[in-house]
Amino acid sequence: MDNRQKEINNLKDYKYGFSTEIENIQAPKGLNEGVIKFISNIKKEPAWMLEFRLKAFERFKVLKEPDWQKPKFPKIDYQDLYYYSAPKSMKDKPKSLDELDPKLLETYKKLGIPLQEQARLNGIAVDAVFDSVSVATTFKDELTKQGIIFCPISEAIQNHPELVKKYLGSVIPTSDHFFATLNSAVFTDGSFVYIPEGVRCPMELSTYFRINASNTGQFERTLIIADKGSYVSYLEGCTAPMRDENQLHAANVELVALDDAEIKYSTVQNWYPGDQDGKGGIYNFVTKRGLCKGKNSKISWTQVETGSAITWKYPSCILKGDNSVGEFYSIAITNNHQKADTGTKMIHLGKNTKSKIISKGISAGSSDMTYRGLVDISSKAKNSTNYTQCDSLLMGNKCGAHTVPYIKNKNSESNIAHEATTSKISEEQLHYCQQRGLNPEEAVGLIVNGFCKEVLQQLPMEFAVEAQKLVGISLEGSVG
Amino acid sequence: MKEQLQKDFYNSIKNLSLSQKDIEIKKFCLDNFLDKGFPNKKEEDWKFSDLNQIIKNNIGELSFYNDQASTNKVDTSVFVDGLEHNKIVFINGRIEKIDFEYEKKDQIEIIDQSETINEFENSNSLSDLNNAFTNKCFKILVKKGYQLAKPLIIYHTTNSKIWSKNINLRLNFELDKDSSLRLIDLFNDVSEKNFLNIFYNFELKENAVLKNYKVDKFENKNIKYSFNNIDQEKNSISETFILSSGSNFSKNEINCNLNGVYASAFVNGVFSLNNDKHHEIRSIINHLTENTKSYQLIKSVLEQSSKAVYQGKIFVNSDAQKTDGYQLSKAILLNKESEFNAKPELEIYADDVKCSHGSASGSLNEDSIFYLMSRGLNYHQSRELLINGFLLDVVEKITDSEIKNLIKNMIGIKE
Repeated sequence: MDNRQKEINNLKDYKYGFSTEIENIQAPKGLNEGVIKFISNIKKEPAWMLEFRLKAFERFKVLKEPDWQKPKFPKIDYQDLYYYSAPKSMKDKPKSLDELDPKLLETYKKLGIPLQEQARLNGIAVDAVFDSVSVATTFKDELTKQGIIFCPISEAIQNHPELVKKYLGSVIPTSDHFFATLNSAVFTDGSFVYIPEGVRCPMELSTYFRINASNTGQFERTLIIADKGSYVSYLEGCTAPMRDENQLHAANVELVALDDAEIKYSTVQNWYPGDQDGKGGIYNFVTKRGLCKGKNSKISWTQVETGSAITWKYPSCILKGDNSVGEFYSIAITNNHQKADTGTKMIHLGKNTKSKIISKGISAGSSDMTYRGLVDISSKAKNSTNYTQCDSLLMGNKCGAHTVPYIKNKNSESNIAHEATTSKISEEQLHYCQQRGLNPEEAVGLIVNGFCKEVLQQLPMEFAVEAQKLVGISLEGSVG
Repeated sequence: MKEQLQKDFYNSIKNLSLSQKDIEIKKFCLDNFLDKGFPNKKEEDWKFSDLNQIIKNNIGELSFYNDQASTNKVDTSVFVDGLEHNKIVFINGRIEKIDFEYEKKDQIEIIDQSETINEFENSNSLSDLNNAFTNKCFKILVKKGYQLAKPLIIYHTTNSKIWSKNINLRLNFELDKDSSLRLIDLFNDVSEKNFLNIFYNFELKENAVLKNYKVDKFENKNIKYSFNNIDQEKNSISETFILSSGSNFSKNEINCNLNGVYASAFVNGVFSLNNDKHHEIRSIINHLTENTKSYQLIKSVLEQSSKAVYQGKIFVNSDAQKTDGYQLSKAILLNKESEFNAKPELEIYADDVKCSHGSASGSLNEDSIFYLMSRGLNYHQSRELLINGFLLDVVEKITDSEIKNLIKNMIGIKE
């Protein structure tokens, strides 16, 4: 067996499928005011935060679970979930990395997260979220020097209440849709980033999410604020252990870009997709929304979605400031019984706003993939443009690929262009590669990587390599 | 509305000679409609056009009873000059004339089918309404191997006798093997504020060719809904052209099932709207077997505060390998208030297919206008020329040259 084959075999089984045995503190099962108060209490939150949660919960009670999406799933019993789970050893927070539970460190090592030296070498500041509580934050000092705040959101609520109060819920209000509201009520942790005026964040910020305890929904909340003229690139990676039951992940991500600021948000999502027969896996129902609040601001979403049993998310941009720019680059790969319904929303409100959507979908096995997107140019958004391209690639005749774009143009001075294609890998291309000595699997890998190149290029270096590998692994066994 | 509906329903069936069973079926449909009401924007298919609201704002109270006892005088002035054609004349929803004077009598059969009801997939509460209130339904059967010598024009005419009425029509067509039919729907309205609800069903057998041209050109204040269901067998071809312009509100739905290999469907449409008009075309092409083809081209020119909507769906079944599906919609918005919405949808379960769609909307290209003006045209002429050229693209897709010229003359496009 050659090296490559070995590597593939290693990776074929879900690489991150182990769970760490650490004692957990859990909130009582179920969802009610008591549990919300429990979460708020254990996090020592101020009164306004509890109010925020309860307001969301009030609203949640009247909302119904949406059912318009393509992938259907069995009804989730929201009373049968744990809404808070924290490793016990975290109760007294460690002051430095050395104080961390060795078992925890080992988990991260298996995940390949370079928390210490490796982090330094890679120049990444990692805020690792292990079952909803941020374990440790590296590179804090360097960031602090520049005035950058990068910490768990629970800490930000304590230390920077004025910022959190001002921006939390300003993009995804408590009155939003079902899952976003649920998150507002019960979110446990997540990252908070504030980049002060005129600062260009010197390194890529990164969070690694991981769901560990079974039967817990993971509800993180990320809030990123880029003040005037600042720049930040944020990376998010996700994995979860193998379990037979389905787990819910309903995170909220809010981005706010003020005048001339730029936020680049990259995600590599590799949650456990379930086994080959579609048993188990994560339900990834995430709300991501960015607000280009100021003039000349820019928000760019890049995502590589290869995991989860069901992915259901639409990272969106609200282009409120004049001349603001929204971008969305996406690769979604589904294999076996995975289902994905993903896309974006570009809502043009300001003048001269621009948006670009590049979406590449690949479905194999018995999977099902939908691109669903909205481009809405309001009557005030003079001189705005949108360009959308969504391509789908099908492998085998048991899978499906669908495109559902909604295009609304209310402004005669704005232009929208949309194109979509669906096809399979042509025999000619395969033949050409094989003729030159590649085996069929390598040939497909090469062609698929070429198909995705436009999006892969958008990823920061550290991620691009991993993502490229992931693309290959996800499609293992789908050829032939 | 409920009481009115029930009262009108009993008035309507009183005048018809229906069996007990038919009455029960009609009543069942009425109950369905009463239950659901007119479609509103909460339904995905009506997201961009809230019919319930549109009827409320434009008509107010509708009445559903049409007195079909007395005949209406056929106004021959509406007939198309310069083109020999067969005729079916509807006046206020009542069939006044069926005339196949240019055809061999034994090759076309007209069958009274008043007892059948519409049961289409993808249909909505309007088909229930139609079932409950249609009183006469004919099936036109074109026999094996017969190709009509002249086109058939169906005149949909309303006169000033009706006001705030709902008119329901239904026609069925069967084109037997190797037959062909050219069909023009022409709308002439003198009345105002009526709601027309039209259902056509086409059955195309092997090698049959159907060309359907729907022309809603003349200004009127009516609200129209038209649903075409087309079932196609092997090698059959359907061509649908829609000129959507005259009515206050109009929605054309095409549901086309490509059941046989090498069947193909073409849908072409032009929206030319002004004032507060709101028109929609929704097409669903179901590729259900191998080697089928569909092509759609929709172009819109929108003035003042008009609104056009295009919802097109290409569905490809997992058996339908080698499907070729194409869809393109383009819109020019000429006014700040005008609006174009599109939902071009692909739902694909087979891998060896070629499907694509494109959609673009924007303003007139100022560079093109500058180019023309620099060659001596004034602004108005340049604009006219560009818009004509834009729309001509779709009209040129009409495969029948006689009808192409007729439609060109009607909309005043010169080459």
